[in-house]
Formats: sequence, C-alpha cells, structure tokens
Amino acid sequence: MSTAKTFRVLPGFGPTLGYTLAYLSLLVLIPLAAVFLKTAELTFAEFWNVVTAPRVVASYKLSFGMSLLAAAINAVFGLMLAWALVRYSFPGKKLIDALVDLPFALPTAVAGIALTALYAKNGWIGQFLEPLGIQVAFKPLGVLVALVFIGLPFVVRTVQPILEDLDTELEEAATSLGAQRWQAFRHVILPIVFPALLTGFALAFARAVGEYGSVIFIAGNIPMVSEITPLMIITKLEQYDYTGATAIATVMLILSFTLLLLINGLQAWTAKRTGRDR
Amino acid sequence: MAGATTLRLGAAQAIGQTRFEARAATRETALVKWLILGTALTFFAVFLLMPLIAVFVEALRKGWETYASALVDPDALSALRLTLLAAAIALPLNLVFGVCAAWAIAKFEFRGKHFLITLIDLPFSVSPVIAGLIYVLVFGAQGWFGPWLAEHDVKIIFAVPGIVLATVFVTFPFIARELIPLMQAQGKEEEEAAVVLGANGLQTFWHVTLPNVKWGLLYGVILTNARAMGEFGAVSVVSGHIRGETNTLPLHVEILYNEYQFAAAFAVASLLALLALVTLGIKTWIEHRAAHAQHDLHEGQP
Repeated sequence: MSTAKTFRVLPGFGPTLGYTLAYLSLLVLIPLAAVFLKTAELTFAEFWNVVTAPRVVASYKLSFGMSLLAAAINAVFGLMLAWALVRYSFPGKKLIDALVDLPFALPTAVAGIALTALYAKNGWIGQFLEPLGIQVAFKPLGVLVALVFIGLPFVVRTVQPILEDLDTELEEAATSLGAQRWQAFRHVILPIVFPALLTGFALAFARAVGEYGSVIFIAGNIPMVSEITPLMIITKLEQYDYTGATAIATVMLILSFTLLLLINGLQAWTAKRTGRDR
Repeated sequence: MAGATTLRLGAAQAIGQTRFEARAATRETALVKWLILGTALTFFAVFLLMPLIAVFVEALRKGWETYASALVDPDALSALRLTLLAAAIALPLNLVFGVCAAWAIAKFEFRGKHFLITLIDLPFSVSPVIAGLIYVLVFGAQGWFGPWLAEHDVKIIFAVPGIVLATVFVTFPFIARELIPLMQAQGKEEEEAAVVLGANGLQTFWHVTLPNVKWGLLYGVILTNARAMGEFGAVSVVSGHIRGETNTLPLHVEILYNEYQFAAAFAVASLLALLALVTLGIKTWIEHRAAHAQHDLHEGQP
C-alpha cells in the first residue's frame, strides 16, 4: 500500500464500484457459481457418464457443427452485405441497413415460428426445396437456417465500421503499383478487415451455440438427430434430473468462457490492426 | 461480446456517402458489383426480410377477426401484462447498475478493470437456458434456498420473481456496455471542472455527463427493453408455464403454436415483431441524431 491515498477529484468511486460489484455478484457470479458447485457433487466418473452419454454427444455434434457452419456462412455473406452497404449506393439502402439488426430485436420465438412457416413443405421457400429433395424444417438443416438468421448481424456490424474507415488512398496506391482489383482486395483490404471478420465469426458462433428459442421450433427435436445441447439441459430439467442438467451446463459454460476470452483477444487484435478503439 | 450491438455514431453519415464509388481505384467492374450486390441482397431477403413478412402474413391468414380475438384473449392480455411488468422492473434495475458501472469504470483507474468489464459481459456469452437454470439451482425446490423459501411460503421459481430475475440476467450488460466506451471517450476534464466549480457528484452527472451520453444511454435502454420483452429461453426455464399467471408473450406464442393455433400464435408474434420494428426505428433515429450532434460539435456550432 502506498502511504499517500491517491487524490481523486471526482466523487462517487467507492459507492458506484461497490454497487457494481455487489449487483454483479448477487445476480450473475454467485448464481453461475451454483452450476459448478452443483456439478462438484458428482464424482468425476458420474460427471463423465452424463456429459458423454450418446444422446448428449450427438447434441454437441449438432450444436457445434451447425454453429460453426452457420458462422462460416455468415462470415462470407455478412462480409458481402457489409461491403454492399458501405461501398454501393442503391435504393432502400437505409432501410436494409436498419433491418440488419432485426435478429437482435426480434424475439427468438417469433423468429423460430416464422422460419418454420417459411421452410415447411408448403411454405414459401420449402415448397421449392421439397421437389429437390431438400427438407429443412424438422431436420438438422433447420437448425442451420435458424442459426444463420440469429448470427448475421454479428458479422455485418463488426466488419462494417472497419470497411467504412478504410482510406481510399490504400487502394489507390495498390492500383497505381499495378495491382488488379482482386489483388488489392486480397492483399490490402482483407488483411485489415480479417481480425474484425474473425471476431464477427466468433461472436456469431458463441451466440449460435447457446441459442434456444429460434431453433427448437424448426429443429423437430428428434433424439440423436436434431436435438441441440441447450435442449438437452431443458429435457433433463423436465425429468427433474438437476445434476444431469447442471453437468451439461458446466460443459457449455466452460466453452462459453473460453470463447469469451478468445473474443476479447480478437477484439484487442482488431484494435491493434486498425488503430480503432475497442 | 457487446461490440456488435453498440451504437455506431458515424453510421448515418457513412450510409449516405459515395466516396468509394467516385474513384476508379476503389470501384469494381459493373459485373462484379452487381454480383456482390445481388448475392448480398438475395441473402438479406431470404434470411431477414422473408421471415419478417411471413409473421404478418401468417397472422392475417384467417382474417382480421381471428387476429383481433387472439390479441384480446384473456390469456394473451395477462401475458402482455406480465411481459410489461418484467420489463418495467428489469429496466430500471439494469439502468442504475449500468450508470454506476460506467461511472466507476470510465472515470477512475483501478486494477482489474478489464477483468471487471469481461465479467459484466458474461451474461451475453451464457446460453439463455443456463441463465434460467442458475436461478433454479439457487431458488428452486431442490436449490440452496429452496427449503427456506418453502418454509416461508415465498415462491420465486415458477413464479413472477423468477421471470424478473431471468430477464434481468439476460439484459444485464446492455446499458453498461453502451455507456462505458462513450464515457471513456468523453474523458473526465469536464466533470472535474464542474466539481472544482462546486457541483456535487449528482449535479455533475446530471448536468455534465448525462447530456454527453444521452443517445448511448437511450440506445441501451431500448435494447434492454426489446430483449426483456422478447426473451424466451431463460424465462421458459423458470416460468412453469402456468396460463394466465406465469406466461409472458413469447411463451404464450409457444403455447398457441404447440396447440396448432397457428393464426393466433402468429398474431401474438406480430405484436412482438412490431415491437422489434419500433426498436429498430428508434435506433436509426438515435443514430441519426447522435451523428448530427457529433457533426455540429466538429463544426463548432451549438
């Protein structure tokens, strides 16, 4: 401890920080700790049995696989959409820009039933896929569609500001040095945008893994086929198997925390690469 | 995790500009441009626009009468009341927290600040289902306080307090995450000047800090409100689905849907979709205003 107390001009540090820590602990940290404490009641063998049961493992494969795929699809099309919104002018642009945030604002249950209606056999999109032998609703593919929907704004909104801030001089320099348009994109623009794109990908993935509301309506929830991991927690809870539900929640929480740290690192990288504030 | 949801101050101006199209070096050939634009807009239409339109079309499929009767159904009305109540409690709680957290973090230096910000972000990265589960573990019949609560006849899980708690959890970081970067960017010279001139802490916040961050604060509030009214997973775990008592609007949508009352389910859903559209409308308006305020500031105009 230093001998002289640091002099602060502004008042309120103690009370505001104290309140922040108390509120955070009571509502978030202590209840989250309950998950780990409850899991600690199990022996490791019991825990391992629950979290590696075949039906649960099938749900990991579906949740993680579809979340990765959805995030990858969003990375590609989200980048294109952000590019179009920043670089081109076209009618309805402001409206489209505003609607990109729809998945943030639209309740997940609403998204779930709307997507199900679209992709059902007689739905607007489903009726065209049916003759091709592609079934989306009540199949694993339905999970993918729902996860693409909820993840899109994460990619667009992390990439868009970086594209807006790009100096035109960089591309002019590349062009005057003889670079083709594609080369300028590949070697000049992409390296600047890449950390943000990866951040958007990770955000979309993190959101997708935990998503529940929009998925359960369209997934069909067939054991071993189209059950997502959050649904396994609900299923265990409905059977009053609290320790089972908590054990699976522990696995998901550890993954979430890892992703959170990774995303923080990615955002620091973006900031360093582009000189923007986080 | 909130990075993607924070207010974009330059957005309104950036959308209007054409600097990239004006120069040959930053322009694609017409073919490439239309290819990118066409793909992006098709993707947008299929994944965002069509679901939105589908909600309203399905809601009106059986006519206005069915639509109206679904909305004035007593169970729908009681779900609406509970949804409004949960938002009305969660919003001020997280508002006070957000302001306190932002003041401590943005205006003072202390160890572990980045760690604290990460902790505030935690609820964003936790599955909504787990957000419900944690309160079941603490307050449920099998939970830490379950026996004590039962003894004193207090119901939290499968009752309104549980729904409020779950709502507070899922909307926890929104306002704080909106305010922290804004207040950090603002610095603290203005506040220090106010204090030196004799203002107390609350006066300083009210007259100096608040006018600088009001748009960000408002954005945080509408985001919190939208999520609070629309939350499904977390609330579903703690609700118990008692009709007329512990059903919120999103849960009511699920019940109607599972009973094959599709038109009614979409009618209630259309109400929530309307809320989402209003939220996006206000957001766009805020971005517009904030951009103008910033523009005026740079031009040296009042």
